[in-house]
Amino acid sequence: MSFQPHTSSLSQANGAGTSTLDVSLGPQHPSTHGVFRMNVRMEGETITKLQPVFGYLHRNHEKLAEKMSWLACMPYTDRLDYICPITNNWAYARAVETLAGIEVPERAEYIRVIVGELTRLQNHTAFLGFILGDMGAWGSALMYAFREREKILDLFEWLTGARMMVNYMRFGGVRCDLPAGWLEKARAYVETYPAFLDEMEALLTGNEILLARLQGVGVLSAERAINGGLSGPVLRASGVDYDIRKVDGYGVYPRLKFRVPRGTVGDCFDRFMMRILEARESIEILRQAFAQIPEGPIVNPAAKQRGFKPPVGEAYGRIEGPKGELGFHLISDGGEKPARYHIRPPSLINLTLLEEMCVGTKIADVMVILGSIDIVLGEVDR
Amino acid sequence: MISPETVLARIQAALPQARVELLNNPSPSGQHSLVVHREDALQVAEFLKTDPELLLDYASNVSGVDCADHLEAVYHLFSIAKKHGPITLRMRTGDRDKDSVVPSLTRVWKSADFQEREAFDLFGIRFEGHPDLRRLLMWEEFADHPLRKDYVAPDDYEYEPTPHGDLVQKSAATHA
Repeated sequence: MSFQPHTSSLSQANGAGTSTLDVSLGPQHPSTHGVFRMNVRMEGETITKLQPVFGYLHRNHEKLAEKMSWLACMPYTDRLDYICPITNNWAYARAVETLAGIEVPERAEYIRVIVGELTRLQNHTAFLGFILGDMGAWGSALMYAFREREKILDLFEWLTGARMMVNYMRFGGVRCDLPAGWLEKARAYVETYPAFLDEMEALLTGNEILLARLQGVGVLSAERAINGGLSGPVLRASGVDYDIRKVDGYGVYPRLKFRVPRGTVGDCFDRFMMRILEARESIEILRQAFAQIPEGPIVNPAAKQRGFKPPVGEAYGRIEGPKGELGFHLISDGGEKPARYHIRPPSLINLTLLEEMCVGTKIADVMVILGSIDIVLGEVDR
Repeated sequence: MISPETVLARIQAALPQARVELLNNPSPSGQHSLVVHREDALQVAEFLKTDPELLLDYASNVSGVDCADHLEAVYHLFSIAKKHGPITLRMRTGDRDKDSVVPSLTRVWKSADFQEREAFDLFGIRFEGHPDLRRLLMWEEFADHPLRKDYVAPDDYEYEPTPHGDLVQKSAATHA
């Protein structure tokens, strides 16, 4: 159906004194986390229909990849979910390693876990700032969150040379070893992180306004969440016990002890708490990884990077990214370029049930529900 | 973990008339796929989702593939209840043109909704029975399907005709 903004007039008002109103929310709106648009139909302030509109940031990433070598796709993955580039690298590297049967040395697996969990920490930190912005507390919470995130980005810059566009993983390992002193600095930083989370929780969790805005809003049942293909914290908030780090047991995750937090109600508050609880578990994982990381090579010497030609065939590889299941479906014809390169973007698929969550709520809740899903448009539109 | 052979055996036992075959994947990934005839696909999908041994309740990924003489829709299925997967399910269209049709599996797995729209947009696979089959990423007026292998990108893809085209050409000719 086509929407026309502001078509209804007061003369169409129904008996209750409200009228139908079509509003186009976005694409330039601070709460849409980028260039995302929703066509919303309201009765008064209540949502009756919501239609997401995609593609404002589309650059046909998948077509670009088909014109480049396998290795040259790596820096492009940074630009998918630009909040967490390292986990994007990881998902692509893991898919290629599955496709070509490449082993990864132990030290490289530990480095991947360390940078991956640091990425999860900074993603969930940024989330805390963004969702507060969506609720109208614009500024303070975001500044607190970004202050912490910046410290993690400093570690990434030291390690990879870039704060965000890191291009760090390679097939069968990582690009460069940890610089001298990096591990100590990272360990010292991670030990300061629980105090920050406690401070954030003291300020936020339990705040009356925050509870009123989040609790009971955008409730999603476990059954619907599974059928809708939701993944990551959003899926677990609905009470589904599914963490790919546990299920697939990739890398060295089976050796690390951590719990998988789950929600009970499946509302925005559960989705908010998932991020805090997962950040706390990430700290546990990081402590163990810092203690266990061995010496050794950081990349499999048998794995070719430039001029790499994987055997003919296909593979689907996935990891538990901070936003959910990030997967790559790769098809090789034995050549230097991917024959098919498909991304399974958690941000896009987590929006599948956005309408179901929003219908029946008020317009102000739409922003909070969208914020609780945590999307990045670089990944939604690719 | 569950193998595609096991899944195939269960399908054949329960739905003997369904046309499903195993497609070998030579890659070390060992992810062999099940090619299901499009006319039987909906029935098979429903079975995969509800069979108590398989319970493939989570259609994680849907991708389109251009295979020279036909198009394919590939589904990667997992089970959250049983924690196994992936099972790769493929459907083939008749050709790349008039008959590029497969049934939509959105009514079985809602997660296929946007992803089938994406495959329709970028490959031109028409998913019959999809509740809202429109372009997802490209704009409505766009005519072609850019992920097809034979797609030719325009020289200047940002070019848009304006009423001043003639004047600009005239000016360029003067300075040539």
